[in-house]
Amino acid sequence: MKADPAGVLTGAHYLDGDFACGEGAMAAGCRFTAGYPITPSTEVVERISRRFPMMGGTFIQMEDELASMAAIVGGSWTGSKCLTVTSGPGFSLMMENIGLAVMMEVPCVVVNVQRGGPSTGLPTMTGQADMMQARWGSHGDYELIAMSPQSPQEAFDLMIDAFNLSEQYRVPVLFMMDECVGHMTEKVVIPPADEIEIVVRKFTKDPPGKFLPYRVNGTYVPDFARAGDGYRFHTTGLTHDERGYPEMSAACQEVCVRRLIEKITKNADKIVRFDEENTDGADVVVVCYGITARVARMGIDMARKKGVKVGVIRLIVVWPFPEKHIRELAKKIKAFVVPEINYGQMVLEVERCSAGNAAAVCVPHGGGSVHDPKDICDAIVGAAK
Amino acid sequence: MTQVMEQTDTTVEEHPVAPFLRMDRIPHIWCPTCGIGTVVKCFASALVETNIDLDKAAIVSGIGCTGRVAGYMNMDAFHSTHGRAIPFATGLKLGRPELFVTVFSGDGDLSGIGGNHFIHAARRNMDLLVILINNFIYGMTGGQNAPTTPLGAKSSTMPYGNFERPFNLPHLAASCGATYVARWTSLHIRRLTKSFREAIKRKGFRFIEVIAPCSTLYARLNKLGTGFNLMQFYHDNTEIRHGADTRDLDIDFQGEITCAKFVDEERPTFLDMMNEQYKKTLGDRYVPMAPEGGMYHE
Ligand code: SF4
Repeated sequence: MKADPAGVLTGAHYLDGDFACGEGAMAAGCRFTAGYPITPSTEVVERISRRFPMMGGTFIQMEDELASMAAIVGGSWTGSKCLTVTSGPGFSLMMENIGLAVMMEVPCVVVNVQRGGPSTGLPTMTGQADMMQARWGSHGDYELIAMSPQSPQEAFDLMIDAFNLSEQYRVPVLFMMDECVGHMTEKVVIPPADEIEIVVRKFTKDPPGKFLPYRVNGTYVPDFARAGDGYRFHTTGLTHDERGYPEMSAACQEVCVRRLIEKITKNADKIVRFDEENTDGADVVVVCYGITARVARMGIDMARKKGVKVGVIRLIVVWPFPEKHIRELAKKIKAFVVPEINYGQMVLEVERCSAGNAAAVCVPHGGGSVHDPKDICDAIVGAAK
Repeated sequence: MTQVMEQTDTTVEEHPVAPFLRMDRIPHIWCPTCGIGTVVKCFASALVETNIDLDKAAIVSGIGCTGRVAGYMNMDAFHSTHGRAIPFATGLKLGRPELFVTVFSGDGDLSGIGGNHFIHAARRNMDLLVILINNFIYGMTGGQNAPTTPLGAKSSTMPYGNFERPFNLPHLAASCGATYVARWTSLHIRRLTKSFREAIKRKGFRFIEVIAPCSTLYARLNKLGTGFNLMQFYHDNTEIRHGADTRDLDIDFQGEITCAKFVDEERPTFLDMMNEQYKKTLGDRYVPMAPEGGMYHE
């Protein structure tokens, strides 16, 4: 279906990544947002709180990030598309209820405009060090989806995909921006509403009484009933059966949690997304994402001038990771070079998938600024030897 | 003859509150002589008597013994995370404003780990009915000290007696802006049911504290007998003082418990205030969320 024009600010704009991200959410149909101020993400909700009253949306500034995340899990049960926005410390506070969203299977989008950490770290300066937290931050075993935009335009475009994937798989989508993309101002073109494709979760057609909230009938994603439609369903963060009733047993745990994992892993080919360039015949492939994908461009050009055959994989969907592709590529190249604004996170995944067939070279950066392209070039040249 | 037999056959009769409960989940998990079940029955009776449309009603619990209440109510029911029932319920209410949303949880859940949400929801006058069962202890985890444990009472983490000053919950709620505040014990079933009935019909942040026995832990650790003995204690040691100053409602260990309705006033809710402000400043440009919510329709 097509986007509701009320939320779509069609035209060419000059926007920073945070504003573009907010516009993307509104265009995607988000109508409930709960948030708590935190640098460098706050502009997203400032944008939304200004525009929501004109499109039937409700924004509430909650008392903390625990509350913000819990509120959007509750809000999503009304069938609304829900968003919360934060940065490192707030992201840590959201982890428990991100787990609840996974367990209850409610669609929602969580934006993390990453800054330097750990702890309060560098509130106004960039980082990419929450990538593993995005994957593993909540307790227990689960799978979810995470994306990373490299520009304000992409912050807008991917936000729509983030909502669509979240609705389709009934899973939280974590939108892993970084301060650079969040605060960078560029041209953003917003298409007309009838050119924006919107996915909504599958609402049940069963009548109340026949409906079971977690029955999947051989698929992976159960149909959804919204609160207030007479289904009188029950849902819980406890391990549960098809009725959504708690059942404390290893057998129920196996059925319940395995499906939560497999609904992503078995659909990974459809969810995984990356840009690929010049990997055929390459000796070295740079794997990068977010702002670092743009910084790496210069380092790659410098290395090419020195005669190294360099390809690029730019992760767009970060989790699930393009495991199969990296595994195959590893058999054909000498090394992967992974620059990221942390001391080595996604490089671990690259190394795991390479399975010893290619080296995985980390180009670390502690945060506070972006890489010097020369360091990336040096790593590429070194890896090619 | 046949007629007589029909009259004495009571097996087909259903309990009046049964349609309001998930009978397929009974028996419940609570201990014998625990007070929670009685409070649930009073709430269900109040729902019957007020004719609430259960299709438009939602109930949210956190974690703990009382946190299991949502699981037994026959309406859209949410068993959320520890302490987060109020913000979760806030999301439901704001996502679909026509819903009647009740939060039903324990003292540890709502005033301990969830205390921050409690005071802010009261401040905003969020349109929620908040029912808190206070049994002075953490039951589910085995009798640890709660923010409500009376001074001197024993708990598994205050084995020599509690030395932390407990909350006076009606005073906390009232001073943060709750528009309806009452306290009863699980012995006061008629008054409690009436209070539920009243609060169901009001709007805004309505808070009802119900003192109830935890027979297995609080009573045992403090050598107070069974739930029955605690009920007897409530009978002998409660005073009903309507409109009492909420500053005077502290509960001492085995001291007198003041019950009654303390606050009952009307004040615009969060949504009333929001609508009014946007109408005033944006005029015709303001598009309020529809009562049935901001869901996407085909
Ligand atoms: S532990 Fe206490 S509060 Fe919990 S069910 Fe048993 S008696 Fe009730």
